[in-house]
Amino acid sequence: MFGNKVPWIGTDRIINMALGNSGLPSFLTSKLDVAIGWARKYSIFQYPFVTACCGMEYMATACSHYDVDRFGAGLPRFSPRQADVLFVVGTISHKMAPVLKTIYDQMCDPKWVVAFGVCTCTGGFYDNYATVMGIDTIIPVDVYIPGCPPRPETVLDGLIKLQEKIQHQRQEIV
Amino acid sequence: MSSLPPSTTLAAEQKQTSPEVLTVLANQFPGKVQSTCVNLGDSEAMVTREAVPEIMRFLRDDKRTDFKMLADLTAVDRLKLDVQPRFQMVYHLYSVRLKHRLRIKADVPEEDPVVPSLVPVWPIANWFEREVWDMFGIRFTGHPNLKRILMYEEFKGHPLRKDYPVNARQPKIGPRN
Repeated sequence: MFGNKVPWIGTDRIINMALGNSGLPSFLTSKLDVAIGWARKYSIFQYPFVTACCGMEYMATACSHYDVDRFGAGLPRFSPRQADVLFVVGTISHKMAPVLKTIYDQMCDPKWVVAFGVCTCTGGFYDNYATVMGIDTIIPVDVYIPGCPPRPETVLDGLIKLQEKIQHQRQEIV
Repeated sequence: MSSLPPSTTLAAEQKQTSPEVLTVLANQFPGKVQSTCVNLGDSEAMVTREAVPEIMRFLRDDKRTDFKMLADLTAVDRLKLDVQPRFQMVYHLYSVRLKHRLRIKADVPEEDPVVPSLVPVWPIANWFEREVWDMFGIRFTGHPNLKRILMYEEFKGHPLRKDYPVNARQPKIGPRN
């Protein structure tokens, strides 16, 4: 089906594995690792945690014109227990922060977090008593997408970055 | 001349100013209404804070005023304006039937920031007064549920007071179970 090449494994890696001097785990394990990463990066079930105006831009990106389904991320779940990636879209206030933490804790491993828009990245132009200065003060963040709001192209770029990260990380089977 | 031409009536309706309401009010509550004026086309009355519920009840029920709607209730902190007393309550009233508006103001001193509640007069005042308590720390006697509405319970201070530091950050709160 793929000819004599396996598309998701780099050639040098295959050679090293065949020579047995790669320092990697056994051939089967590392191939399984890559295969799981490939499967995971193309089946991103998102949980859109939409609190503010960035939500409009998220919807524009998710709909057919820009179509995140091309990247396997077209199936938003509205229960955190079914989701892989938490999209935090919009300003997070201190009153909302415990809710966000609870949502994150409810998600099953493996899980990733995307900060969508400057408010979630750094607090944005809000510098006051009410706003959390970046959601990474509450939960770990994998990809930051800046912009106020970010262009759909930026969002797709961030999504691809997340896919690369998922593909290249160690795949824990939990 | 039997009646006004329609255009005049329309203009009067659109203007929504009714200085005669101020006359009614001043005659009804001498001493409690401190001053009245028309400011930039808006009728305005300064009253004492103790008399607020009584005056509001009259304005709601009297057929000449008929203010069935409390359009807004808020407060002002005049700390940096060097005006005493420090706080001022501002009420905006609207009459749906007569289509006129009225603004009522009442001074509130800093050392005793207490105002009688308007919840018995207009139920909508419930959330408005909770917001004023949350943001300015003005208490309302007779309010059924005076707790914070926008900020969380652990928050210290009242953020819209002018002496609340802009850069103050409070400890984060964790998830509740």
